[in-house]
Amino acid sequence: MQKKPELNGTLLEVKDLKVHFPLRGSFVERLVGREPGSVKAVDGVSFQLQRGEVLGLVGESGSGKTTLGRALLRLAEPTEGAIVYDGRDITRVEEREMRSLRRKMQIVFQDPHASLNPAMDLETAVGHPLSIHGVTKDKVDMRRRVSEMLERVGLAPADRFLTKYPGDLSGGQKQRAVLARAIMLNPDLLVADEPVSMLDMSVRAKILELMIGLKDEFDLTYLYITHDLATARFFCDRIAIMYLGRIVELGQTEEIFANPRHPYTASLLRAIPEPDPAKGIPRDLPRGEVPDAVTPPHGCNFHPRCPRAFEVCGWEARDVRDLLEERWAGMAEQEFTREQALIGDLDALDEVSEIARVPSTEGVRSRHVVELLERIRREQPETRLWKGARSIEEGGKEALIQFHEGLEPRHLVVDSVEVECHLYDDEARGRAEEHARKGRK
Amino acid sequence: MARPSLTRLFGPIREARGVPKWVVIAGIAITIAFVVFALFAPWIAPYDFDTYRTADGVRFPKQGHPSGDHLFGTNVQSTDVLSRVIYGARTALEVVILAVIFSLAVGLPLGLISGYFGGKLDRVLLLVMDSLFAFPYLLLAIVVAFLLSDRLGRGVMTAAVSISVVYVPQYYRVVRNHVISVREETYVEAARALGAKPRTVISRYILQNVIQNVPVIATLNAADAILTLAALGFLGYGIQPTDAAEWGYDLQRAISDAGAGIWWTGLFPGFAIVTLVTGLTLLGEGLNDVLNPVLRRRPIQAVILPERQSRLPAGEAGV
Repeated sequence: MQKKPELNGTLLEVKDLKVHFPLRGSFVERLVGREPGSVKAVDGVSFQLQRGEVLGLVGESGSGKTTLGRALLRLAEPTEGAIVYDGRDITRVEEREMRSLRRKMQIVFQDPHASLNPAMDLETAVGHPLSIHGVTKDKVDMRRRVSEMLERVGLAPADRFLTKYPGDLSGGQKQRAVLARAIMLNPDLLVADEPVSMLDMSVRAKILELMIGLKDEFDLTYLYITHDLATARFFCDRIAIMYLGRIVELGQTEEIFANPRHPYTASLLRAIPEPDPAKGIPRDLPRGEVPDAVTPPHGCNFHPRCPRAFEVCGWEARDVRDLLEERWAGMAEQEFTREQALIGDLDALDEVSEIARVPSTEGVRSRHVVELLERIRREQPETRLWKGARSIEEGGKEALIQFHEGLEPRHLVVDSVEVECHLYDDEARGRAEEHARKGRK
Repeated sequence: MARPSLTRLFGPIREARGVPKWVVIAGIAITIAFVVFALFAPWIAPYDFDTYRTADGVRFPKQGHPSGDHLFGTNVQSTDVLSRVIYGARTALEVVILAVIFSLAVGLPLGLISGYFGGKLDRVLLLVMDSLFAFPYLLLAIVVAFLLSDRLGRGVMTAAVSISVVYVPQYYRVVRNHVISVREETYVEAARALGAKPRTVISRYILQNVIQNVPVIATLNAADAILTLAALGFLGYGIQPTDAAEWGYDLQRAISDAGAGIWWTGLFPGFAIVTLVTGLTLLGEGLNDVLNPVLRRRPIQAVILPERQSRLPAGEAGV
């Protein structure tokens, strides 16, 4: 199904795009005038979309992939960065001008049941783009075009569907109608935001095949947003893996599947369900949940869940809390009570800091907390966090864990694959080795 | 299969069962009866609303007991009570229809714009409407009627405008709140992605999905408007008695009669008010039950399983 894209120029270029949604703070916060912060849905994304290719944007829920897709069409306002469409910067274009540009860039949403106006019959709905952009005012011409398009997307005979309301159609039929409406103006770019994830398995393949057919027929360029690597593999020329607002890896589909560079990509690939239950594959899926996008982890966003994180990945106080909580969750009641008695309120660890201040309970010497932490370190030396810890010291009423300085992952190109990971950054590795050497001394 | 929009509206009424259906039907029947009175008043009523003597110049009896000539009797001004009640229906419906049209014409667009665009405009409108809403409605109507009486005179128009001022905030509030929820629907964003102007989005994508609430509020408000009109007339701020027959005014004139045992001058106009208000309320409440999918109860048909054709021998049944 995959064929090499004929690359003839860049259609869309995104440079360091950020989309932040400001949070509405509590009443008191607003009264004091404290900045409530923002959800960093897209936090510095750059990529290029070549004419005629299918780029897959893959990520978990909450990774910001839908927001990125909407921002490209200016349905969500970009906070920073630039979107260049066909040589023109559209990041700050007025809505009025944007309207005419929308002829060329269309979007298909995830939920086909919600993307059609329930009070509009199919003929009006699918033909509406034509009248919005003044392509044709003639009723007969409009009906002819709509009928042709409906039959093209597989809603045949068109006469039967023209007068139907969305409520009369199945999910697959609705998504076909939505596709028909999107293609009606013959756009260049189609952002498909999980177009098949709400459909039955049996319908998915048909809709994807239809999309491939439409792409060839109408010379479309797709940005295919999905959380489903299996359909992305089937459908995309290139794949971008998104994690917490950033693209962590971007490369040719075959390359990504054969040789995933980023640890997150690797764990995503291992998470693809295996149909044969007899093949018990060892899975080291990423631990825990996607972190909060309001205060993303320090350094590399993925380091708290990463199985290969090391010294410079950005270890911080919050990771210590996770470590303790995870440890206690799997412990016998007695031991847990004993350990917890030593350590004070864990909320003290909820700050972005390279020094973790583990508080001791009232009346407990901080030496005991240090001893406990040292013991944990001895018991689980393979825990990635300890790679980042430079020292554990006593300090007044708390134990201080000093971490190595964390680095922001840089945008690297490794054998044609773009990746943001310290594992491939010689400088970061050098720094880490230096830290490790000093630590041994 | 074509489904014209009329069928979409009346389908639910036909499908309704039980109490809601009968409530709607009773409401429709009462309302239609009054509409017929209003439309054909000159043919139904035995006299004109301000006739006080026969064609020969013989004066009607003053406060005459109900009789063959005057079925509902006559009042203190010697006019025929039955005729005034029938003509009163005409006045009431004229005023109410105008008031509903005016308040819709103002409340609906303001609600749509305020809900769709939000921001500062929304806040200002909301503040204005909420303060109107908080104002005692009768006082508000009286003030407006008083202000308008200089320019428009004290006719049907003045009464309609002063009543609509009271009901604009209700339409505005209901429409705006509904628009705010519809605005977030994917199909509205899809319309924006198609390049539709705000005007197109509002008129083609939002209005159609908001309008369904309007018939219910309109009928309930109409019932309320009848009472407001009667109150205005009763207090003497309503329609000029020479212009039209008005139930509230008649009631006011009948106050002194009641003590003297003259019951017919007050009973019949009062009865007309109560009946029409009840009818409209039944219609509104019934429509709400029938149209609102949360309250609507669909008929459930019992499943009748067909008789088994052949009996399997025991032992094979479970296979």
